[in-house]
Amino acid sequence: MDEEIAEVEADGVEHAGEGLVFHPMDQFIVQPLFGEAGDPVHWYTITNVTLWMALAVGAVALLMVLGTRGRAIVPGRSQSVAELAYVFVHKMVEDVAGKEGLRYFPYIFTLFLFILFANFLGLIPMAFTTTSHIAVTAVMALAVFLGVTILGFVLHGAKFLELFWVSAAPLALRPVLALIEVISYFVRPVSHSIRLAGNMMAGHAVIKVFAGFAAVAAISPFAILGVVAVYGLEILVSAIQAYVFTILTCVYLKDALHPHH
Amino acid sequence: MTGDLIILSQMGAYIGAGLAAIGMGAAAIGVGNVAGNFLAGALRNPSAAPGQTATLFIGIAFAEALGIFAFLVALLLMFAV
Repeated sequence: MDEEIAEVEADGVEHAGEGLVFHPMDQFIVQPLFGEAGDPVHWYTITNVTLWMALAVGAVALLMVLGTRGRAIVPGRSQSVAELAYVFVHKMVEDVAGKEGLRYFPYIFTLFLFILFANFLGLIPMAFTTTSHIAVTAVMALAVFLGVTILGFVLHGAKFLELFWVSAAPLALRPVLALIEVISYFVRPVSHSIRLAGNMMAGHAVIKVFAGFAAVAAISPFAILGVVAVYGLEILVSAIQAYVFTILTCVYLKDALHPHH
Repeated sequence: MTGDLIILSQMGAYIGAGLAAIGMGAAAIGVGNVAGNFLAGALRNPSAAPGQTATLFIGIAFAEALGIFAFLVALLLMFAV
């Protein structure tokens, strides 16, 4: 009976091999950089994820260190980009989380730049998108979630729980709302992380699916047009998802700073 | 016999994953609603629009979150069940 299943699976694999030259999800396989492709991956193994994360960190450091090194009054190109990014996130934090939120601006700015560069680096052909893995985004989302929760309790003590007690609602409705609020609070890190990972993974898989169609001679021109179109969309999505991740961090931070409704 | 059952449950999981994808379409309607209404409002009062882009993206993110849960259900059915 097991053989039967194995046969079916083998058939499936063979069938997939006929249609597409490569599987669209192959690009997300975590592989060790050194040694054989099938080697086991431990937590300390240097993989392609490690490499591309390091490249993202390096690119951020390069932009910010080299860009702001001159401190020219009339900024050059790299300084302009660095300043634009800084002012953009600074204004976002101030608008959403308020003046008190600016204390946590360095962390939010780091998050934004890292996600932005990880997303953009993933768009280079043959590159690996680190943010397409839930393991990566979940750590960032959990760090935000835990940090914000601890911050709320440190700043307000037990009064932080007023976040769940909607005082604007009628008294009879409040327990029901409190339940909903608690559930939505704990679902935050899930949606926060999967939004980024899902968007990155889906977009890149679509590019690869179109690229796979290019192997069929009759539709290959359309496939290449499709790749170009989806690639343009992906550039937009990469930037927007970095923005959304950051702005949601600001929203959660605001809730911790001002838990009263 | 058990092999048939496993294949049948696999089939059910895949059909379920496909059905869960409908939820993502519903989220698309929600996101379209948010963005469309923002545009309608922004064209009526363009000077107030730039200040509301953050609200726009927060609204889109919340609408999209429910589509993400549908996607999560699909993923769970595909790989975890």
